[in-house]
Amino acid sequence: MRILRDVYIIGAGETRYGELWERSLRELAVEAGLRAIENAGVYSRDVEILYGSNSLAGIINGQENIGSLISDFAGIAHNNIPAVRVEASSASGGAALREAYLAIKSGEYDLIMVGGVEKMTDIYGNELLNMMGSILDREWESFFGATPAAMAAIVARKYMKDFNVEKEALSMMSINDHENASKNPMAQYKNKLTLKQAMGATNVAEPLTLMDCSPITDGASAILLASDRYMKKNKLEGAMVLGSGISQDYFAVHNRESIYTLNSAKIAAREALKKAGKKLDDISLVELHDSYSIYGLLELEDLGFAEKGKAKHLVYEDIKAGGRIPVNTSGGLKAKGYPLGAVGISQAVEAYEQVMGKAGQRQLKSVDSVLLHNMAGTGSTSVVHVIGGE
Amino acid sequence: MGELSRFWRESDHRYRLVAHKCGNCDRVYFPPRDVCPTCHRESVGKMEPIDLSGKGEVVSYTVVHEAPTPFTRQKPYILAIIKLDEGPSLTGQIVDSDPEEVDMGKRVHSVFRKVAEDGKSGIIQYGYKFVLD
Ligand SMILES: [Zn+2]
Repeated sequence: MRILRDVYIIGAGETRYGELWERSLRELAVEAGLRAIENAGVYSRDVEILYGSNSLAGIINGQENIGSLISDFAGIAHNNIPAVRVEASSASGGAALREAYLAIKSGEYDLIMVGGVEKMTDIYGNELLNMMGSILDREWESFFGATPAAMAAIVARKYMKDFNVEKEALSMMSINDHENASKNPMAQYKNKLTLKQAMGATNVAEPLTLMDCSPITDGASAILLASDRYMKKNKLEGAMVLGSGISQDYFAVHNRESIYTLNSAKIAAREALKKAGKKLDDISLVELHDSYSIYGLLELEDLGFAEKGKAKHLVYEDIKAGGRIPVNTSGGLKAKGYPLGAVGISQAVEAYEQVMGKAGQRQLKSVDSVLLHNMAGTGSTSVVHVIGGE
Repeated sequence: MGELSRFWRESDHRYRLVAHKCGNCDRVYFPPRDVCPTCHRESVGKMEPIDLSGKGEVVSYTVVHEAPTPFTRQKPYILAIIKLDEGPSLTGQIVDSDPEEVDMGKRVHSVFRKVAEDGKSGIIQYGYKFVLD
């Protein structure tokens, strides 16, 4: 017997993103979850399983077993609703969404909550940088002084030289993020960024400055996924998960054939678009994983929107909210924020709101499909989802 | 960060740049691997240690200004991806040069140096770094 269900996002909720010193990991997770429940118009006791996504709680907060923690404080452990954590570094959110999608598609479940949370400010500056080193290969990258920013910078320098790309093109990604975030009430940064500010910021890892690097963010985002039959039975509405793809590349940047090609993104996007039956022309919005500005350009190319080295022609006009390929209407990782394990869900929230016409000031005029790219670290894992109307 | 065993386990490879060569396809891997990503099961038991020359060229580099605590006393420092003459690439610091002297394509060779120090535990880590030829 073949049971294949269509899968919909029927509700979304999140906390404000930012340095939320006074809020704990569990508070953030529960707040986002409850908002999603309320938004979807369902009851938490009806959720059949919870997929939590998180990256670094083990070393930042000294807390593992995140699934149990969230299930308990959301009040659903009382109802014996199971919860697990999905971990794929900064792609944890996308990976959790994919697991939930597959679980509903298979016919096993009809209602799932997927929640991402990261609480990064429980630790300070340079200590946090040590922990961020665990996103890279600890023994063969971080051991020698590599940081995620440093690896992105090494990639950026070669890319800029080989394709004659000016630093300004990288800054335009950050400027676009800030412009869009100024209209997102949940965003960490609502200030607009000028080219002069972006270019003149302090060096983090040359040629990248502070304005090329996503911030330290506390935050949580949650969505509810439902099967077509659950949605119809309960007279709910949703944005359909049209396709999902995941792929992998070598862990350390130095082992990749081309250091500025994100093979995982290429393959995951191809797979997700094929399964969705969509072409790039059908995509009304792209949410990119621009943890560092350079990745925004590489992703535009490897997802298929430009040839290698040519994304510089898209970053001035095309990626704007009113442009040909709007990018990161949410504000992206640079300005909405970068709560590692929550990023994939944060992106799904934006897709849901844009498709359902609930994006407020950020609402795009006509939305066919939204493409989401969530990436682990320097690109070792990529998860791509295509979300759209029926 | 972490336990002592994590540091001494890889020390031989870090001190002497010992790689693995696949007995099936002759490809050289650094860091060493137990399975060749090209030959998969055909390579099992055929990955042989081989000493690398430590000579290579700069693929790309950065100057790190925001550094984790074991590296704060070294900053700013030059971190690079180096392509070794035997084939594999690795990540490591370039020392004894100003950033202005370093460039993509320049030749380098490895030296044995102190890599990091943990102020709290007093642990000092050694391994390879690179200098311009
Ligand atoms: Zn082989």
